[in-house]
Amino acid sequence: MEYLLIFITAIFVNNVVFSQFLGICPFLGVSKKVETAAGMGAAVAFVLTIATIVTYLIQKYVLDANGLGYLQTITFILVIAALVQMVEIVLKKVSPALYQALGVFLPLITTNCCILGVAILVIQKQYDLLTGVVYAFSTALGFALALIVFAGIREQLSLVNVPKGMQGMSIALVVAGLLAMAFMGFSGVDGGLSVLFGLK
Amino acid sequence: MKKLESSLLNMAVVLTVISVIAGGLLAYVNGVTEGPIQEIKAKALADGIKAVLQADEATVQQVDTIDGGVAIVYKTDKGTAVQAVNNNAFGGSIKVLVGFDAEGNILGYNVLEHAETPGLGAKAGEWFQKGAKGDIIGKHPAKNNLTVSKDGGEVDAITASTITTRAFLGAVNSAYQAYQGGAVDANSSATQQVKEVVKDAVDAVSKAACCGDPAKCEANFCTGDKENCVCGSN
Amino acid sequence: MNNFKVLMNGIIKENPTFVLLLGMCPTLGTTSSAINGMSMGLATMFVLILSNLVISLIKNLIPDMVRIPSFIVVIASFVTLLQMLMQAYLPDIYATLGLFIPLIVVNCIILGRAEAFAAKNGPVASIFDGIGMGLGFTIALTLLGAVREILGTGKLFGFTLMPEEYGMLVFVLAPGAFIALGYLIAIVNKLRSN
Repeated sequence: MEYLLIFITAIFVNNVVFSQFLGICPFLGVSKKVETAAGMGAAVAFVLTIATIVTYLIQKYVLDANGLGYLQTITFILVIAALVQMVEIVLKKVSPALYQALGVFLPLITTNCCILGVAILVIQKQYDLLTGVVYAFSTALGFALALIVFAGIREQLSLVNVPKGMQGMSIALVVAGLLAMAFMGFSGVDGGLSVLFGLK
Repeated sequence: MKKLESSLLNMAVVLTVISVIAGGLLAYVNGVTEGPIQEIKAKALADGIKAVLQADEATVQQVDTIDGGVAIVYKTDKGTAVQAVNNNAFGGSIKVLVGFDAEGNILGYNVLEHAETPGLGAKAGEWFQKGAKGDIIGKHPAKNNLTVSKDGGEVDAITASTITTRAFLGAVNSAYQAYQGGAVDANSSATQQVKEVVKDAVDAVSKAACCGDPAKCEANFCTGDKENCVCGSN
Repeated sequence: MNNFKVLMNGIIKENPTFVLLLGMCPTLGTTSSAINGMSMGLATMFVLILSNLVISLIKNLIPDMVRIPSFIVVIASFVTLLQMLMQAYLPDIYATLGLFIPLIVVNCIILGRAEAFAAKNGPVASIFDGIGMGLGFTIALTLLGAVREILGTGKLFGFTLMPEEYGMLVFVLAPGAFIALGYLIAIVNKLRSN
């Protein structure tokens, strides 16, 4: 039940894009078509889950064990960059079909701050490994959901007459603001659910 | 100067050198800033305790941790400050530090940590202060009914933030319980479990006393002269 | 291009926030008030200037194939340096900006300028580029923070301009960040097209 609560909270209540402001660059950058948005979402889910496991183990068994906590940022970003490269190489060899689908998005993921952000948050919240993985995966699903919904709206938006100055990124941001407002409707749901599940 | 070629040796050497320099630099700065960071944490706690007790100076005499950190009781010569948590706030949990005088009246409070909505629940830091709408200063958790007026109590909830108010008052009431429990169980051995930060706070507050007389130092060791005294624990 | 031009380029012509649309996460996440926006801008500028300087100095020593990892190590070192210094000497601001300080590492502006400018130009020009881009970013964040603070709480830099009851709270919350930035970009677009 605890994992279900984390799952729902991370997707809807504390949505990574709309309430934590992580991963905004790809959210705005690759959301013109629903298909590409879905591809990006899947790639992020894949990398984020693996990255969380690896960074968690490194933090626990390398950094903390040797008192090197201050090297967290530098280690995590290097690990993530290397991991993305490795995933790309392995995917190319093992599953060309999946590589075709996700390949183009992989290089963009290194600078997606939701990967580094979530890796650090899992450590800060002092989750254990399994909870951390559930949290990371649900966060990625929340990111994919936001991205796909937003892409759907932007596809419709391209058919609409927008005032000249508002075209492009400007109207997209206002739309994102309205979506964020819709997601605010979920706030407080986590408290109710935890009572429902008997966690408090 | 000509650009280095991308041979395997060059790449390996360059990356290693850069990483070693970066690591060394960070290790050095870490050593320099570690002390100030600890000091600031300890000072923040000491200042918090002084603020909620409305005192200019306070000496922490005893620290009790209850239920592994649910509440922490700091007994001082000017009253008792209690840190308590409530997990039913709107944005998760809310952590407060409440000061009580010898009779159990509330001297002051401080919201230490919260994740409430800015402009709504986040007002908890001012709402319950003296003269504000939800004033709880000077009240007594056992004599006054410190619950939301909607629930039959005598505290006005923060506008549109009843859940935050309930959680806040819940924390204040559990702080009072901890305060009472601490008063009964004066020689609790729970002092051993006190977290590092707490030790630092004790150190900071008792620093001056320590160097004049090492026996007064509640921690494990005391070194240095009067100006540069170090009082800490291993 | 002389240094003054390099400086102004970052502030106006290629403003990282309003024109290049880079570094959106801190732009939206830390601008709930003008002072928070300004602190984030200055923190980013600190890293940007130092990483630009160091990268322009060592650019010839780095083989092309390991360019990006080397840049990332340099940037991450300065970010960690900033993290430690802020924790030690500016703990309040550090607590407010929280997670967004380590996330300066993945701010596209920094790696972007390292690649596009510092790797091709000398140290002096690179410093000016860092200052220009940093100032452009700081100005944009302060402006967005100021707009959100005035509309949301009726204050500016903490000084009350109108009664708090008149504030539209949504501008301090997440949706207001997107909407305010959307309209600011529209205004900048309009000004630029004239």
